[in-house]
Amino acid sequence: MTDYALIGLLMVVAAIFPLIAMFLGFILRPRKPAPVKKSTYECGLETVGETWVRFRAQYYIYALIFVIFDVETVFLYPWAVAYNQLGLFALVQMFIFLMILLGGLVYAWQKGALEWV
Amino acid sequence: MQSIQGILEFIDQIFVNLSFWFSSLLANYLPEWAVTFIMMFATVLVLIVFGLASIIWINIFERKILGRIQDRYGPNRFGPWGLLQCVADMVKLLTKEDITPSRADRLIFNLAAVVPIVPTFMILAVLPFGRGMVATDLSIGFLYIVAVGSLGTIGIFMAGWSSNNKYSILGGMRTVAQMVSYEIPMVLSVVGVILLVGSLSMVSIVEAQGQWRLPFIVLQPLAFVLYFTAAIAEVNRSPFDLPEGESEIVAGYHIEYSGIKFAMFLLAEYVNAFSICAIATTVFLGGWQGPILPSWAWFFLKAYALYFLLIWLRGTLPRLRVDQLMNFAWKTLVPLALANLMVTALVAKLVPQHSLVGAIALLAANLVIIVCIVIVKYPRWKQDKREVVLVSRPPTPQMESS
Repeated sequence: MTDYALIGLLMVVAAIFPLIAMFLGFILRPRKPAPVKKSTYECGLETVGETWVRFRAQYYIYALIFVIFDVETVFLYPWAVAYNQLGLFALVQMFIFLMILLGGLVYAWQKGALEWV
Repeated sequence: MQSIQGILEFIDQIFVNLSFWFSSLLANYLPEWAVTFIMMFATVLVLIVFGLASIIWINIFERKILGRIQDRYGPNRFGPWGLLQCVADMVKLLTKEDITPSRADRLIFNLAAVVPIVPTFMILAVLPFGRGMVATDLSIGFLYIVAVGSLGTIGIFMAGWSSNNKYSILGGMRTVAQMVSYEIPMVLSVVGVILLVGSLSMVSIVEAQGQWRLPFIVLQPLAFVLYFTAAIAEVNRSPFDLPEGESEIVAGYHIEYSGIKFAMFLLAEYVNAFSICAIATTVFLGGWQGPILPSWAWFFLKAYALYFLLIWLRGTLPRLRVDQLMNFAWKTLVPLALANLMVTALVAKLVPQHSLVGAIALLAANLVIIVCIVIVKYPRWKQDKREVVLVSRPPTPQMESS
């Protein structure tokens, strides 16, 4: 329990630290606002059009494949930890599991989901 | 002889003894719960101060070596040999005007400067810096590192999104795609080590390497390479620094940040880079184990040696393209990590644990995979057919001389 209490305390202190640093900056820094300074950075031009638009789908396809493999690792970790106590059967089971996943990767590969278009 | 060993033991355990002495000193005056709390608070402060202080020398180390690689001196003005450059930079960043673009999403824009730092410091809590020198030895150590480490992505994406700038959103999107892709091989490559150890705790991983009498880099060289490559991409370091890409998207996700908020991003990046070296040291290089020198000295020696490798890679390799980056993760690293995992599981079942035979078998299995990859990836019959095609340029139009 104290282990996790320490983690929690660390999280709080680590979050407070940047706030302190920002407060220090707030005290020390000069303030000379100007409308041009506050404009969005672009290479010398006024920025054109909306930024928050629908983005290309390729990123989301990677995210989908990621979810599959991330869930897989959730299953792999307990298996790996208990590996020395498990028999040969668990090894075969995990091989079948990995083969199915590998099949999924090969399918995504063949379908061109991993191509950057 | 006895006294020398005593001295070595004393130096080795000096930090542990200091903390023990401090807690027993407090116990004279305070009730037990207060002592526990103060000790916890002191540990947390030591971790954070260490993280911050290490920036000073990591930064100067990196810039000096990078300078030498690029055939220049590096910083040499402030302090002896420019060693205080980082302090000067910090003072400068503190006194810089803070600009929030008028089109930005103010709340998220400010919050994003805080978020990436928190997980960075949280990782330090489970790293064993020396024998007995671990803030908290969680039983789920490595899983905790993976879980906390992936939180940084959110902060970076928040920064990229809220700036309302085309470059920053490109940087943010690239970060998410890259970190998500490289997390898989990073996590998978360590599973091989975990099944040899039978525990996720970082201290047990170090102790298991003592039982094998070999660091895991010998048993799992492929896993080390996979882990280190994926981890470099995970912390957005060169050659995988596409999210920042100075020459294409200017500075990526932190383009609109200035002053102390910008410093926060840099700080998170440097501490992260150090922690991946520290994790690789713990998992693959035997952590704090080593002869003669005190355990913490070995740990930092190994970690900074890996950090040197990181700088070397940064100074040597050019940046990848986005499609190359993604292909490398999904078509090379993930299948390799899966192959490594399967072969390691099979061999670990067949050979006895903690023996030289087992070690040799595991090493041989790893080498077999590497040889197979080389044969499949670079077959000789393919190489023979490969021709050098020179792109013929159209002749440059000449100015007519009259």
